[in-house]
Amino acid sequence: MAELKFIGGYPEYMRKLIDVVHKTRTKRKDYTPKAMTMKERDEVLKIHPDYAPGGKRALSIGLNKGDMTPNEVADLIEAYPLIQGNEVHLTKPDYTVDLLIIGGGLAGTSAAVWANDKGIAKDKILLVNKLRHGDANSIMAEGGTQAADRENDSPSRHFLDAIGGGHFTNKPDVLRKLVEDAPLIMKWLCDLGVMLDREEDGTFVEKSGGGTSRNRMHACKDYTGLEELRVIRDDFRNREIHYLEYNPVIEFLTDGNRVTGAVLYNLETGDYKIVQAKATILATGGFGRLHVRGFPTTNHYGATCDGVVLAYRVGAKLRDTDTVQYHPTGAAFPQQIIGLLLTEKLRSMGAQPVNKNGEAFVFPLEPRDVEAASFIQECYVKNKGVVTPTGMRGVWLDTPLIELKNGEGTIEKSFPGMYRMFKRFDLDMRKDPVLVFPTLHYQNGGVESDPQGKTNVDCLWVAGEVSGGVHGKNRLMGNSTLDCLVFGRRSGISAAEYLKSDAKHGRLTLDHMKNYVTMLKQAGINTTRKAPILLPDYRGKAVLARMIDVF
Amino acid sequence: MPEKDNNIMDKIAASNKSVVTGIDEKDIEHWITISILGSEHKVPAGLTIMQAMEFAGYRFIRSCGCRAGFCGACTTVYRIEGDYRLKTAMACQTRVEDGMYLTQIPFTPAERATYDINKLSPGIEAFLTHYPEMLRCLGCNSCTKACPQDIDVMEYIAAGKRGDVALMAELSFDCIQCGLCAMRCPAELAQYNYAQLARRLYGKYETPLPEHLKKRVEEIEKGKYNEELDKLTKTGTEELKKIYVARDIEKE
Ligand SMILES: Cc1cc2nc3c(=O)[nH]c(=O)nc-3n(C[C@H](O)[C@H](O)[C@H](O)COP(=O)(O)OP(=O)(O)OC[C@H]3O[C@@H](n4cnc5c(N)ncnc54)[C@H](O)[C@@H]3O)c2cc1C
Ligand code: SF4
Ligand code: SF4
Ligand code: FES
Repeated sequence: MAELKFIGGYPEYMRKLIDVVHKTRTKRKDYTPKAMTMKERDEVLKIHPDYAPGGKRALSIGLNKGDMTPNEVADLIEAYPLIQGNEVHLTKPDYTVDLLIIGGGLAGTSAAVWANDKGIAKDKILLVNKLRHGDANSIMAEGGTQAADRENDSPSRHFLDAIGGGHFTNKPDVLRKLVEDAPLIMKWLCDLGVMLDREEDGTFVEKSGGGTSRNRMHACKDYTGLEELRVIRDDFRNREIHYLEYNPVIEFLTDGNRVTGAVLYNLETGDYKIVQAKATILATGGFGRLHVRGFPTTNHYGATCDGVVLAYRVGAKLRDTDTVQYHPTGAAFPQQIIGLLLTEKLRSMGAQPVNKNGEAFVFPLEPRDVEAASFIQECYVKNKGVVTPTGMRGVWLDTPLIELKNGEGTIEKSFPGMYRMFKRFDLDMRKDPVLVFPTLHYQNGGVESDPQGKTNVDCLWVAGEVSGGVHGKNRLMGNSTLDCLVFGRRSGISAAEYLKSDAKHGRLTLDHMKNYVTMLKQAGINTTRKAPILLPDYRGKAVLARMIDVF
Repeated sequence: MPEKDNNIMDKIAASNKSVVTGIDEKDIEHWITISILGSEHKVPAGLTIMQAMEFAGYRFIRSCGCRAGFCGACTTVYRIEGDYRLKTAMACQTRVEDGMYLTQIPFTPAERATYDINKLSPGIEAFLTHYPEMLRCLGCNSCTKACPQDIDVMEYIAAGKRGDVALMAELSFDCIQCGLCAMRCPAELAQYNYAQLARRLYGKYETPLPEHLKKRVEEIEKGKYNEELDKLTKTGTEELKKIYVARDIEKE
């Protein structure tokens, strides 16, 4: 292949296709395709990766035996533990605490702050993290956080939008707490000093999102998660709560049906530590790095499904494991940023999905699964997508429309992160559209809990993306950071209350793990697979082929 | 037609192979040479520094977090062969170049104060109490030159020295706390920690709670929505569907 000639960051042939988008822009400016009827939605969903045949299998062991689950997840659930059991000594715990929190995203960090607020001493809490405190999906949230706090809005409307978006599969009692607590959470964020976007008159800037019937998306430019997390983490640090980095949990410890602690593995030094805890909150986030069905992902490096795997081994109940959220607008070009997120807010602010003929082909703010499926349809069924030099297909997201509709300078002001990302690779999203294709974004299902975050396993709470139920089979934008903040708080408070009711430590055993291994063997699962995997592996194939283990 | 749909999924997976499972040499046409911590490696052109290091055989533990320019974990310092200048970058957001000599800085041991935000006020005193060293800034601009987010770091420090918390908050807003400014500062400042304090002071004290939020919080605390929500929580799916479809949608 000869060297491609690039004009303004795009190869020549793509540049020609962009001209078509430029030419049709004025015509499209005041036109929006109609939203789909329920029937049309069902039809296009047939080619969504969740519904397209294949890719899933029924779990063969445990409480959720028979539940359909993506193969990549089932592979980890039907895998052997990282330890045998005899190599770790459980008699002398390295840390004895009241509350162990696993994962320091928005959910885990909020839980720690609230537990401390409710009287659990800073040195009686231990927050452990696989990577640095903050290297998490939370820090990447761009678009915003939902809360029904305007006059024409109400928690009940928020409830309706979320349950409709979730195809009426959400757990109603849990969802109710999400919408009811949302305004209180907004107040908490303001009190901590989070810089939420404001109008001139001091009210919040609030935008719509896919599937919302009112404008209730609160944002901090397009750095919402960064701003929320760095402020809550700052508060956490001011409280001097104890935390460890690069020390993932690789197994729980149990006493009957009760979680009593965990085994940590130091990723750098390779030694283990034993934690004994009266209560445990699991907040390990999602699973994007499993690349379900071969999709790229928006997720951080450590999103490898550890929490679900560990919880299932101690008998926690899962739900809605059959659906995965693909975000419609992942970057499809340039190669360096494939899969990275282009926030839905771009569409809230007027950017339009456009095919290679310059046609607006879909209502821009359908629920995510519907929107994603329609992009796949446009590219692979109707063949109206644009093919990149690396063979990916995508549709245009006509970002210059944002400037046309909201005035020049809007993109730099409202989407500094996005603008910067493209600029780094010589693309100007103010002037040219960007190419997008669905990307693996969110773990819809997870560990089931009640409205306080309690699971069916004693002394184990969950919060955030690792949990399942509140969003049912599909989450709306802005409800996930909210989920973390609401149920991080609720689980922190609920665990604190439990701890103050004279809770005691339990025995530290790996009995559950031994039972699980027996179950695996009885089910005839003969595999060398081990889980949790902790980190993905992107090393070059040539190097891997020559790797030897001598040291 | 099930078979056809399956085919689509296979095609999508095939087109994403290089970002999902690591890069295969035989797909590569253009190569460049870089030096990672002093060792030379031949890597495909057009990758990010992070992807190139992985291609070369490095499996990250440190120096890799979000992989998307938000977390500040992948701080990198490099030089291009033949040029004496040291440059800075985020490894996940920067393309490798031929002749790049690079190293990563996974951690910045910068000073951070412990404070109670509720006991501070927005102004110079907060900094004089917790970060008096901020006044030592020499105005050399090394921080601004080092910032991978193109933030005018020197300017926000200057704003802080004047007690202008609002400007400091605004100018520093895009900070990903990568630590590069602190590493380059001849006056040994930890700029990004001061900026964190400024933003919290601004957010907390200079942007009061909107009235509509106060009102809603009050309503919820008084139980205004209890009945509605009780009812919705108990409504069956078919009925919910009807209410959902009938709800009106606000225009932007
Ligand atoms: C790019 C992007 C944009 C998004 N935008 C939005 C948005 O606009 N609005 C919205 O509401 N939501 C958004 N989301 C979703 C939302 O950000 C996340 O779902 C949410 O923040 C998850 O928070 P969490 O605390 O549950 O998990 P995380 O923030 O992922 O934190 C989990 C932490 O646990 C650690 N961990 C994992 N395994 C272990 C282990 N074994 N031991 C110890 N620690 C472990 C991880 O390293 C990580 O630090 C977005 C997500 C992404 C990826
Ligand atoms: S201000 Fe400093 S810490 Fe923040 S992004 Fe710039 S160089 Fe990094
Ligand atoms: S590098 Fe340090 S001394 Fe120089 S301008 Fe920045 S803060 Fe001031
Ligand atoms: S890995 Fe997070 S900024 Fe590069």
